[in-house]
Amino acid sequence: MNWWHVFFTVMKKEWLLSFRQKSDLINPLAFFLLVLTLFPIAVGPFPKLLQQIGPGVIWVAAVLATLLAAERMFKQSFHDGSLEQQALSSVPFSLTLIAKVVANWFVLLVPLILISPVTLMFFHLNFEIWFVTILTLIIGGLTIFLFSAVGAALTVSLHRGSVLMALLVIPLYIPVLIFATGAINAASLGFAYHGQLAILGAMMIVSLLAAPFAMSTAIRVGLG
Amino acid sequence: MLRGTSLTCYRQDSILFENLDLALDAGEILLVEGRNGAGKSTLLRILSGLLRPTSGEVSYQQEPIDNVLDTFNQDLLYIGHKPGVEPHLSAEENIRYWEKLHQQETLSDLVPVIQSVGLYGYEDIPAAQLSAGQQRRVALARLWLTKEKRIWILDEPFTAIDVKGVALLQQRIQSHLAQGGCLVMTSHQPFNDILKIDHRIVLG
Repeated sequence: MNWWHVFFTVMKKEWLLSFRQKSDLINPLAFFLLVLTLFPIAVGPFPKLLQQIGPGVIWVAAVLATLLAAERMFKQSFHDGSLEQQALSSVPFSLTLIAKVVANWFVLLVPLILISPVTLMFFHLNFEIWFVTILTLIIGGLTIFLFSAVGAALTVSLHRGSVLMALLVIPLYIPVLIFATGAINAASLGFAYHGQLAILGAMMIVSLLAAPFAMSTAIRVGLG
Repeated sequence: MLRGTSLTCYRQDSILFENLDLALDAGEILLVEGRNGAGKSTLLRILSGLLRPTSGEVSYQQEPIDNVLDTFNQDLLYIGHKPGVEPHLSAEENIRYWEKLHQQETLSDLVPVIQSVGLYGYEDIPAAQLSAGQQRRVALARLWLTKEKRIWILDEPFTAIDVKGVALLQQRIQSHLAQGGCLVMTSHQPFNDILKIDHRIVLG
């Protein structure tokens, strides 16, 4: 069977599942929005300060929302046995897994971007900075989501694996975070930020190529 | 067709089975018996390639399954005790999804399949709202989909299925064997004469 066809079949199923389980869809978003709301209130009404920390706060909130979303991604299908069935299909396991991850990433990212303009108001950001932040989120966020997915795959068979998973993957977030904030800082100083974006893009491509195999191996170990 | 050579499996420092040999030809049934926790499901998972034995080898058509994984997976239908039915998808969506991932050819019309497993009228209800037996039937519907799968590995296929369903399932198994398939299963149910058991393995 055509692999693209399989890819889209899995994506469609994942989207269908997300819309049937609305709480899973809304939880990471609600978390994201809550952090963004609390921050300006806690820090106080200092536009200059908020402008400076705004992009960083958006990134940290997005990273933690990603962790939250990725953590539950394989749990359900592991417990009901559908991962097992996928592993025994003649369709490559890594293909069905990456389709699942990409589908879940869209489910997380699109609403996140849609509500992110509130930060323009909360943090007194100007449009340019907001735009660069979103750009880095789109490119770097996928890398982070892929790292988290590998972590989730490694801990899928553990009963309380979420803390272990966070410990495993959060160190991997750091390079992405550094280049993303680097790009945002450069933009806020009026410098070119394409170099940092290119590096983020390179990291995304490498992780997109490596993650499917890492995930399939990790889950096979968990199934055994 | 399917062969296991000196299969050994340790779990948590205890020996589940040691130097187990088995061979299965077309049209034959292997029944794995034993008390709870004797390693029946583990043996089935090893035969399906989900789990690696501590030592020993499973081979399909004289080749170790790792060498012929693609053909093996194409010919294999495994239903474990976790049936792989997504609770938020309806019966029909579940069957359809499984078919797309596992079959070379997909049926245009699922109604006959849904009818033969007795889920007609329930096909649009999310699987989570179906009874245990009906959920089992959603998983077992795979048996009616396919002529491509030659090896069936079924873990407790008759669990939660009513008398009529059991008869239906036995009929389907018979026609599968007649077409040159083979079957490995575990079951606690006593068998009447309908199914002829060719090989038995008692574990524990």
